[in-house]
Amino acid sequence: MMNIQNYVQAESLEEAYQLNQKRSGRIIGGMLWMKMARNTVGTAIDLCRLGLDTIEETEDEFSIGAMAALRQLEQHPGLNAWTKGAAARAVQDIVGVQFRNMATVGGSVWGRFGFSDVLTFLLSLDTYVELYRGGLLPLEEFASLKKDNDILVRIHIRKKPGAFVYQAMRNQRTDFPVLTCALSRMEDGYRTVIGARPGRALVLRDETNLLAGGITEESAEAFASWAAERIPVGSNLRGSAAYRTQLVRVLVKRGLLELGGKETWN
Amino acid sequence: MELKLTLNGRTVTDHIEPGLLLIDFLRSHGCFSVKRGCETSNCGLCTVLMDGRPVLSCSMLAARAAGHSIMTLEGLQEEAADFAGFIADQGADQCGFCNPGFVMNTIALLREIPDPTDDEIRAFLAGNLCRCSGYDGQLRGIRRYLDSKKADASPEKGGSHGA
Ligand SMILES: Cc1cc2nc3c(=O)[nH]c(=O)nc-3n(C[C@H](O)[C@H](O)[C@H](O)COP(=O)(O)OP(=O)(O)OC[C@H]3O[C@@H](n4cnc5c(N)ncnc54)[C@H](O)[C@@H]3O)c2cc1C
Ligand code: FES
Ligand code: FES
Repeated sequence: MMNIQNYVQAESLEEAYQLNQKRSGRIIGGMLWMKMARNTVGTAIDLCRLGLDTIEETEDEFSIGAMAALRQLEQHPGLNAWTKGAAARAVQDIVGVQFRNMATVGGSVWGRFGFSDVLTFLLSLDTYVELYRGGLLPLEEFASLKKDNDILVRIHIRKKPGAFVYQAMRNQRTDFPVLTCALSRMEDGYRTVIGARPGRALVLRDETNLLAGGITEESAEAFASWAAERIPVGSNLRGSAAYRTQLVRVLVKRGLLELGGKETWN
Repeated sequence: MELKLTLNGRTVTDHIEPGLLLIDFLRSHGCFSVKRGCETSNCGLCTVLMDGRPVLSCSMLAARAAGHSIMTLEGLQEEAADFAGFIADQGADQCGFCNPGFVMNTIALLREIPDPTDDEIRAFLAGNLCRCSGYDGQLRGIRRYLDSKKADASPEKGGSHGA
């Protein structure tokens, strides 16, 4: 159980940032993950009064506040029209509606969890992380950084035209995923993102041009087999490495065929 | 610290510890329908409505509810009574432990989607775990309730809404 000694609803990002520089300070998002650990928090720093709980859509991007809930990703009409429902599909099996009303996009991205559906999905888009001190970084770069005492303010998804699909395998609905898989085709090519390996999500690009001639049954099979060889996987209580390798092949192929408009699985 | 919120329509002010969880605050104010099941945000038993949205009171600081409206089953008896009998009639309650969470989330479901499909019901209630029933009884109960509402509203029956 977490022991919280002091609780502050920050009035500004600067105040939150300063409080977070102390070792005992901790930003709280939905607090769902943090609460699982036994630890003492000197000051819980709540960002709930900073207007960061919205998803804004402009002509060029979606700007998602760190305190926006996963349920907002699921229900945002613009984001789901843009991603053809991949946003909703990525989060809809995360525990339950009540949970997704609380879990934040900021906490989910900051955590850089290996099992994360959210990180997998966002990596398949042209996504940037806005940090209070660190400024704007591509999500792919942020995902590989170590955690520090900065604050994640917003997530920006640039509206690069493209097609997007999301697939995941769970042993049971609402459980953590055994493997996550997001695919996209944007003007700069294909991105295949595999998470819950069980390590952190990795982005694979079509380096060998297997998809250069477009998506066919054969090219999808060839690319999926290549991805299965390339993606490092491991074992945990949800699945063995061998099983995950099979899943990479199956989910990538299904995803590609869906991306190419050949099949739908969801 | 001082906490002021609206609980079941009434303003409540209290002095709380900063780390107090909403569930403990609610129980200390007589809302015993709000129960601890897993305490790891998994089972939905502790569901309450915050500004109308279902949330897990076991995983939220009471302090975050400051200035918000919290509704528990104690404050929603009438709305719950509409459909709870239909669920009971299907034998969905066995030990009954999961029931308050189910009822709270069903209220949220029916407010958001008044005429849900079976898949929508399953998806909305997926975060409410029941160790006894296998979930079919709850689904059947909600379906019967919705069917009876439609029958009441149909002209042949001289429906209660005068349609
Ligand atoms: C039981 C359970 C099941 C889950 N299942 C899944 C699943 O199937 N798929 C999935 O993708 N995810 C799953 N998750 C993870 C969940 O979706 C969230 O990603 C996770 O709870 C973190 O979000 P939060 O808002 O609760 O963050 P918190 O727990 O509040 O914070 C997480 C970390 O981020 C820091 N932090 C939060 N916000 C900020 C910010 N703005 N700036 C800087 N630091 C910040 C906190 O200090 C903390 O270190 C699960 C979590 C739990 C507890
Ligand atoms: S007690 Fe809150 S989700 Fe189980
Ligand atoms: S009836 Fe026993 S847990 Fe649901």
